[in-house]
This record gives sequence, C-alpha cells and structure tokens, in this order.
Amino acid sequence: MASATKNTRKARPLSPHLFIYKPYPTMVMSIVHRMTGAALYFGTILVAWWLVAAASGEAYYDWVNAIFGSFLGRLVLLGYTWALMHHMVGGIRHLIWDTGNGLAKETADKFAYATVIASVVLTILVWVVGFMAR
Amino acid sequence: MVELALPKNSQVTEGKTWSKPEGAENIREYRIYRWSPDDDDNPRIDTYYVDVDDCGPMVLDALLWIKNKIDPTLTLRRSCREGICGSCAMNIDGTNTLACTKGADEIDGAVKIYPLPHLPVVKDLIPDLTNFYAQHRSIEPWLQTVSPTPAKEWKQSREDRAKLDGLYECILCACCSTSCPSYWWNGERYLGPAVLLQAYRWLIDSRDEATGERLDNLEDPFRLYRCHTIMNCAQTCPKGLNPAKAIAEIKKMMVERRV
Repeated sequence: MASATKNTRKARPLSPHLFIYKPYPTMVMSIVHRMTGAALYFGTILVAWWLVAAASGEAYYDWVNAIFGSFLGRLVLLGYTWALMHHMVGGIRHLIWDTGNGLAKETADKFAYATVIASVVLTILVWVVGFMAR
Repeated sequence: MVELALPKNSQVTEGKTWSKPEGAENIREYRIYRWSPDDDDNPRIDTYYVDVDDCGPMVLDALLWIKNKIDPTLTLRRSCREGICGSCAMNIDGTNTLACTKGADEIDGAVKIYPLPHLPVVKDLIPDLTNFYAQHRSIEPWLQTVSPTPAKEWKQSREDRAKLDGLYECILCACCSTSCPSYWWNGERYLGPAVLLQAYRWLIDSRDEATGERLDNLEDPFRLYRCHTIMNCAQTCPKGLNPAKAIAEIKKMMVERRV
C-alpha cells in the first residue's frame, strides 16, 4: 500500500494529445470550421462598417470604399468570402450529418475534401460574378 | 477547457537511446513514451531497436520483445493479444489503436508510441481510466424493465436483434473517447464516444423499458451535445465501429420525442 499511496500523491503527468495526433481530414475540417466561424465575427464587423459608412454620407463612404478597394482590402475581403463559403459548406455538411446520413468513415472523408473544393470554387464564383456585375 | 500546451510536469523530453541488438540484420526503431512515478523526472521518449527477425509481427510483440530482451522496466497493459480485451489500447503512429492488432509493417519509419491521449499517466503506457469507467457506469449499462420477468428469456425479433450490430462489439478500450478533441477539453462533463455508443446500445434495445429515463439522463449541453462530429472516434476505432453515427442517432431520438 505504501507505494500505491506514494503513487497517487504524486502529480501524474497528462499524456500528450493534439500535437502527437495524426490529423484526419475530418478533424482538420472541424478545426477549420471553428476558425472560419471566428473569422466571420471579424468579417461581419467589416460589413457593418460599410453599411454605417453608406449611411454616414458620401465623403466617408468613398473613403471606406477606397480602403476596401485597395489591394490589401480586397485580399481581406477575398479571405472573408472564402471563410464565409467554407463555413456555409461546413454547415450544410453538419446539416446532412444531423439527419444521421453520411457518417460512414469513407463518406465523411469525401465530405471533408468536398468542403475544401466547394469553398474554393464558390469563392471564385462569387468574385467572378462580383466583377462582372460592376 | 481548451488547453493546447501540456502542463509543465507533463512536457516530454528526449530520453535514453538503448543500444542496438547485436548481430541483428533487420532492425526497427521504436520511440516510446516513458514516465515513472518513482523519480521526479518529466516524461521522456526512449529509443529502442528491435530485431525484426527475432520478433512477432505486431506492435505488441515488439513491445514485449523490448520488455523481455532490453528493458524490463517498460510498463504496459496487455492481456488477450487478439483484440478482444482492449487492454493494450495506446497511441501508435499518431492514432489510437490496439497494439496487438496493429501490424508493425503498417507503419512507415520509426514506430512512435504514446499512452492514450489527454489522460493522467500512471506509468509509461498505462493511463488512468477511472473517469472513463465512472462515466460508463453513469449510463447504467444493463437491461432495465418494468414488465414482469418472463419465465424464460426476454425475447427479441431477429430485426430488433440486428439493431445491436455495430454496437455490442465495443470492447471499451477507450481508443475513441481519448481520440476526441471534445473529450480532451471537456472530459469531466462530456461522456465521450465510447460511453455514448453504449448508451445508444441500450436505447435501441427492444427489450429495454427505460428509454425515456435514459434520454433524460443524456439531455444536457455537455453529456451528449459536446459531440461536434469531429469523427476521430469512427476514424480510430480498432473494431471498425462508428460512435459518431450512434451519437447522431441519439440526437435524433431527442428531437423525435419532442415532436
């Protein structure tokens, strides 16, 4: 018993987790879904800022538009578009899963790859349409 | 709570490199997590070299070869050596699995072995599973009935029996639960995939009459709903089961009983 007591008294280490675990496609997509979700908060602030600018008068609106229209501004907006599309496609994936379908390992892996492809394609599509509509 | 970094006493250091077996032509490198409660050192990774020609094909064979021929202090759980007891569950080559059913030839390069992730370590590859077993107990994994006990057995149709396939095979090795990031961050309150699969096993058993109470017990933001369909459980299960699917079915039952 003496050794058992000693054993329990000593602080046991926590075994390694995230950084030793092999990243499955499904796990990576789950992490990216979280990250894009967080990024959307930031993106929504940009949208709100743009709307406030539109309501504030022409001079301020032009100034904000110039920022959004700059190279850096467009890069941020491109990232925001992708985050939005990725999170939306991820949301649809979760919706399908909530019906109890598509949960087989192989199907879930396909969903993971499809999420990446669909998000990129949709982002390009949104921007192509956006430039055409100008 | 999400804590990406390990506590100070848990950070892993480089350990000892043991000498290569003499005269061996076919050598395999094993890098194994070590920690002993008998000294004050941090966990470390020891490097061993196994004579493949003198050793069985499975990772468990190699671990026992090391224990018998190089370092008797290497500590691990094992029993059946055929994938039915669940004792030798550990993290091998980045995924949780059973050492006895994992072929060393399935792995490229050095074989890296850790205890099951995000658990207190008792010694070397032995984690403390007390919480896991307590959670299993909390779902009352036995037949519950109110009807009078029949003279012979509780009968079940073939169709109803078939609903238990893919559930009854679980050996409670804890590979899935300890592969789940949600369980890593909220293991105290989230029941985890293994226990929820067991919960579902009783929820859909046609003979069980406590379905309502069982669902009440799971209706909780943490116990059930910390599952975010990360799918690590299904990816890692050494028995090829799908806890994520079972959890999705429980969530469906929760909705269906409200409408």
